[in-house]
Parts: sequence; structure tokens; C-alpha cells
Amino acid sequence: MASTFQLSVVAPDKTVIDELTDTVIAPGVTGYLGVQAQHEPFITQLRVGVLEFRDAGGTMQKVAIAGGFLETDGEHVIVLADAAERSGDIDRARAMAAAERAKQRLQEKSSDLNLDRATAALERAANRIKLAGG
Amino acid sequence: MPSLKQLQQRIKSAKSIRQITRAMKLVAAARLRRAQDRVLEARPYSDKMRELIASLAEAGDMPEHPLLARRPINKYGVVVITADRGLCGSFNSNLLRKAVDFIKNTPGDATVISVGKKAEQFFGKRGYKMGEHFSIPTSGPTHRHAQEIFAYAQELFETEQLDAIYLIYSKFYSAIRQIPESVQLLPIQPPQREDAGTNKLTSKTYSFEPGATELLGQLLPRYALTVTQQGLLESTASEHGARMTAMTSATDSAGEMISTLTLQANRSRQAAITKEILEIVGGAEALKS
Repeated sequence: MASTFQLSVVAPDKTVIDELTDTVIAPGVTGYLGVQAQHEPFITQLRVGVLEFRDAGGTMQKVAIAGGFLETDGEHVIVLADAAERSGDIDRARAMAAAERAKQRLQEKSSDLNLDRATAALERAANRIKLAGG
Repeated sequence: MPSLKQLQQRIKSAKSIRQITRAMKLVAAARLRRAQDRVLEARPYSDKMRELIASLAEAGDMPEHPLLARRPINKYGVVVITADRGLCGSFNSNLLRKAVDFIKNTPGDATVISVGKKAEQFFGKRGYKMGEHFSIPTSGPTHRHAQEIFAYAQELFETEQLDAIYLIYSKFYSAIRQIPESVQLLPIQPPQREDAGTNKLTSKTYSFEPGATELLGQLLPRYALTVTQQGLLESTASEHGARMTAMTSATDSAGEMISTLTLQANRSRQAAITKEILEIVGGAEALKS
């Protein structure tokens, strides 16, 4: 019985992760969930947060996820992320600039929709900043 | 036969044209490769999305989602994706013709949402009702562009300014084959099981968190976004493929012209030399006798 499985984290424009792992911890909407081999078939929604997995070398890798979905059939795990960045790839300056822009938009007395969007953007940027090292 | 000088001038211009078209062809080839890579990179996400939706649709009911709302179509929008520049063969004209035919055959009041200058100029000049214009930089469309365009379409649909939105883009088959297609963007048409390919998801019993219907409600707008993105990516690849082909044939034509003109120029030059020799010999003969 294999204890490893394939983890794919795909964003709309590219595949961010495609590796063999044995443990995945994902930010589900109702709380963090762990997935290991032979997990029961499951589809869940993910919120903005950090996805962790143990890579082939045994180290835990982190990926900033901007919301999405996780599906597992026991043999693979696929994460469809709205956006995903490996912790090492995060451009902290860019994330901070994005956070600033979102804060500006929140200051403006704008429509509910724009406030929602700005809040979500701020959340995503804060998530990236935190993962990049606060 | 035109004079040697004139022929030499024409050869010179043909050579410089050939240099330009050859450069454009190489640039288009490089851009085409990149565009094709992007189309492929976007596939895993959109394939998986289709699979999830098709399966969830069997497990649960379609949600009451505003983007699924079917209304009688009195006013609709047509997003037309063209290039900013020409010199790409019949790429733009085929797309524009498809758009015109689509609008003619679709009852209701049409608003054109142009992506790319050619669409903006064509429909603007002919008095069509124009929505917003979107321009894609030469580096190519990003996910952000798809988001902007879809957000605009979504707003018009949800505020009931438009009852349906369609996308007219160019499907990329190869560098020499690009076919304009139309697809309905809003209200969202969930992918059918055939689109999803092998449906392994239904063979196992899945559990869902939250429920299947709510998941569908979250997935469907993202699916519509991938449809938009796919339209942009395929159109970009189509444009570069068409331009590469057009510039290749322009380069070849220029090359043929240079060969033909060179032959003519050589004949003209030899004729002039022969004439001079005959004059000299004739003059010498006249002096002898």
C-alpha cells in the first residue's frame, strides 16, 4: 500500500505544484484539513490561506492559496486555486504594494461590491506577506 | 524593358521589404510558441474544472445562481476578440465577418464589447452600439485580463443591462488553420458530461464540503472565467500563427520578385554591353573602309 500520492496545485494559467507527497494540510472553508494516502473521496472548498505538504526530501513546503477547491480520490489530490504561489516565489514587495492598494480602496466610500473585492484582495495580499516572512 | 537603374531600384526595395517581413515572421513564430505554451498551461485547471462541475451536477441540483438566470433576450453583448495590428492575413477579417453574421442572425439589441483595436475600429465606424474597449498588451493576455473582461460582462448581466453575453474568438488549430467560433458566456452554460471526458468522479461516492449545490455555486463563475481566458489565449495564438504564415508567404513572394528582377536586370545590363560593343565594332569597320 503506497503512502505517497500525487499532489497537483493548478492555477487558471499554470500548474504551480506537481509533486509526490505523503501529507497535505489545506485551508478548508470550515477549518484546516489533512489529507494522506487512501483518504476517502472528497471535494471541498478552500479559503485564502496556506497549503502545506511534505516534499520528497521530507521538508514541509508552503504554498499561499487565494481560495479554491480541493479534490481527492484517495490516489491523487488536486487543488484548483484561484491563485497559488510557493513561499519561496512570493515577491514580498509586490504583495505589500497590493495590500496598500487594497487598503486605499477600503478607505474610499465605495459600493458594497467594491468593498467586498477590496477586502478579499487585502486578505490575499496579507496571506502572501505572512508566508513570505511577515 | 525598364532601364537598368529602375530595375536596380526595385530590387533594392524588394530586398528591404523581404528583410522586414522575415523579421516579422521570426517574431511571430517566437510569440506563437509562447502563446501555445500558455494555452497548454491553462488546460489542467480548465479540464479539472469541467470534470468537477459535470460530476457535481449529477450529485446535486443546479444552484439558484444569478449568473445562471435565463431571461428573454432583448439586449445582448458580443465580446469580439481581434488583434490590434494587421499584417496577419485574413485573421481579423474572418473574425469580424463571423461577428457581423452572428449579430445579424441573433435577434435583439446588440452591444459590441471590443477586445483589440481592429474590432473597435470596425464596429465603431459602422455605428454599432459599443460597450467598453479592452486592450491586450503585446506580451499577451494574462489571467487578470480575463478577470477584467469577465467582471465587466458579469456586471452588465447581473444589473440586467444585458440579458446574455457571447464571446467571439478564434480557435487555434495550427499556424495555417484558425477558425472563428462563438460561445455563450452568460448565462453560464454548465459543461455537459461529454465535455468532461472520462467521468471517474461518479464511479466513487464522494463526500462534499459544503454541499454539492453550494460547491457548484462557487465553481460556475470560475468556469465562466476559464471560458473567457481560453478565448483570449486561443485568439492570441491564432493571431501569431496567422501573422507568421502571412509574413512567411510575403517573404517568399519578395524573394521570387528579387529573382525575377535580378534576371531582368542582368539581361538589361548585357544588352547594353552588347549594344556598346556593336557600336564600337561598327564604328571601327566604318573607319576601315
